Amino acid sequence: MSDAVVETHGLTRDFGDKRAVNNVDLRIDPGMIYGFLGPNGCGKTTLMRMLTGLLTPTEGTARVLGTDLPGNAEGLKRQIGYMTQTFSHYRDLTVWENLDFAASVYGYPRKQKKSRIEELLTRYELEGQVNQLSGSMSGGQRQKMALAAAVLHNPRLLFLDEPTSAVDPESRRVFWEALFDLVDDGTSIIVTTHFMDEAERCHRIAILEYGIKRLDGAPPDLMAGLKAQVVQVEGNNLREAKRLLDATPDILSAAQIGARLRVMVRPEIADPEGLVRKAANLGASGMVTGTRANLEDVFVSATTGEAT
Amino acid sequence: MISPRRIGAILKKELIQLRRDSMTLRMVIMIPLIQLLLFGYAINTNLREVPAALVDQSRTGLSRALVQMVEATQVVTFTHTFATPEEAERAIAASDVRAALILPHDLARRVSQSRDPAGPGKRETKRPVGQWIVDGSDTMVAAAIRGLRGMPLAELVQQPANAQVPTFEVALFYNPEQRSEVNIVPGLVGIILTMTMIMFTSAAIVRETERGNMEMLINTPVKPLELMIGKIIPFLVIGLVQVAIVLGLGNLLFNVPINGGMGTLLAVTLLFIGASLSLGLVLSTIAKNQLQAMQMTMFVILPSILLSGFMFPFDGMPKPAQYIAELFPATHFMSMIRGVVLRDATLVEMAGGALWLSGFTVVGLAVATFRFNKRLD
Ligand SMILES: Nc1ncnc2c1ncn2[C@@H]1O[C@H](COP(=O)(O)OP(=O)(O)O)[C@@H](O)[C@H]1O
Ligand SMILES: [Mg+2]
Repeated sequence: MSDAVVETHGLTRDFGDKRAVNNVDLRIDPGMIYGFLGPNGCGKTTLMRMLTGLLTPTEGTARVLGTDLPGNAEGLKRQIGYMTQTFSHYRDLTVWENLDFAASVYGYPRKQKKSRIEELLTRYELEGQVNQLSGSMSGGQRQKMALAAAVLHNPRLLFLDEPTSAVDPESRRVFWEALFDLVDDGTSIIVTTHFMDEAERCHRIAILEYGIKRLDGAPPDLMAGLKAQVVQVEGNNLREAKRLLDATPDILSAAQIGARLRVMVRPEIADPEGLVRKAANLGASGMVTGTRANLEDVFVSATTGEAT
Repeated sequence: MISPRRIGAILKKELIQLRRDSMTLRMVIMIPLIQLLLFGYAINTNLREVPAALVDQSRTGLSRALVQMVEATQVVTFTHTFATPEEAERAIAASDVRAALILPHDLARRVSQSRDPAGPGKRETKRPVGQWIVDGSDTMVAAAIRGLRGMPLAELVQQPANAQVPTFEVALFYNPEQRSEVNIVPGLVGIILTMTMIMFTSAAIVRETERGNMEMLINTPVKPLELMIGKIIPFLVIGLVQVAIVLGLGNLLFNVPINGGMGTLLAVTLLFIGASLSLGLVLSTIAKNQLQAMQMTMFVILPSILLSGFMFPFDGMPKPAQYIAELFPATHFMSMIRGVVLRDATLVEMAGGALWLSGFTVVGLAVATFRFNKRLD
């Protein structure tokens, strides 16, 4: 039971009148990538800062790697790695100097320090940037350096706050490969994101909205458990069709994605396709097909407060 | 506990950042250099050649001789000549001159009266031979002209000087030629250190926040005291370099002697640098951004310079001002550095100041460490 890396009870944080994180209960098991999914401002960073001991909860408690928070977070520092949302290493230091600083601060002896940094530079393909000032690197290179610095001391638990929001898709792909390698080596990872495709790669996710945990579970289970039927609509005049569908009681939601509408229908409706065809007033040109739920559907239904 | 390795890491990082910050590095050298040259040459408390006007209503050989005697003192230079005192007053109001000498029509009579040692029964009132009108707003100018009041006229009336015996004899120790530089250069060490040391460190901690490095830094095992020590050491060295520049050049250019022992000098200076740096660190933990840090620095620097005894003699200040002044490290340092450099005072003789500076450093460092919080809330 208590071998969870993170366990929280009623974790809450206020900033003045504003409740940034609201009564969150979490249980995160070791050896997995756990994602916090939610829009900007939903409290992901605040939640992460409470778990790293940087912010004191207004209410509630957390137990991270056996350390009770709020409490003495100093002992925790050596066991966790934290990659902040905005690049927080020294821009006027080179990659080597930044990593050298981190290694010394974490108490690496001189000899081991050098070999450890070299190992990380190779692993994260930063050999070419060794003597480049970190401020002058691309977003993707900075992100790899930040990851290298965060894992330098072999933390058991790694926190990554929107690690890929400033990088191109190729760098994102490479980055996630690196994360799976880390998990393979026994590291537990907590990552925040507002990308559905990234959330889908996580072993488990928690969906946050207005600081409240709306839903958590493994993405496939969440998709399978969605209490709605998903229907896709193709055709002309989709804007009009969406307006009509929004006004129909048994339709939970309708969202345009490119040249399609993605429509969620109440689970008890026997013929969802027929209902949509009729409600949207689609002529012969319209095409309606049933489809499998994806994570975005889960997210939409969780955050509109229905069908969960 | 405190790890030398982590202090070393902070120190190394600070040095690299300092090396890449060429502006700060230039300031470190230029501030003492420029100020030494500027103040060394510009500040002179012995007034000379104050521009003055002359209203000579007697126009006699006697008056011309008197004017020559006045000019010979070098206290004033007559730059304007006017026919009436009213014109001279206007010139003073317009700041064309700072003073005016008015020699009346009956100058010759007045001079001869003054020569008469008030003969028996002859109780005729003596009157001054001339009048000075002075712009008294600058007390230094006023004092210099007042010094001319008792100028002996013996020479003027071709009479053997009725050799006045001064009431006191004055023996001037340590600065017998009364050169301002001798007092100013050591004082300048205190001023420059106060300015640069507090300024540099007051930005030291907020800069980490402003540049977005704080969240990373407080996530590492680094301890507040290690951070403070690592950030102070580079400036200890910089401070010593500045002292070397000021005292070295002061000796070379202005002939300011260094009479005291180098060991005492080093100890006194290190104590003061330490106190200034820890004060800067405290400010840095209070300020929310670098602008605030700068404002607080100014708030501290100004009184500590003005009350330190650099500008105005400490002994001339009212008692309450002296008590306030004694709170500032600069005041203690000012008297100590002058003591070491000019009087060869020993550390034992200056134990009070030395203790105050050490205490100040320790308390400052403790307050900064205590205030520095490894949390964001
Ligand atoms: N230091 C702070 N002071 C005041 N409000 C804050 C602070 N940090 C975050 N907030 C507020 O809390 C809410 C959650 O913020 P955050 O945790 O940064 O969200 P996310 O990381 O999901 O974008 C936001 O409304 C934000 O404005
Ligand atoms: Mg965030």
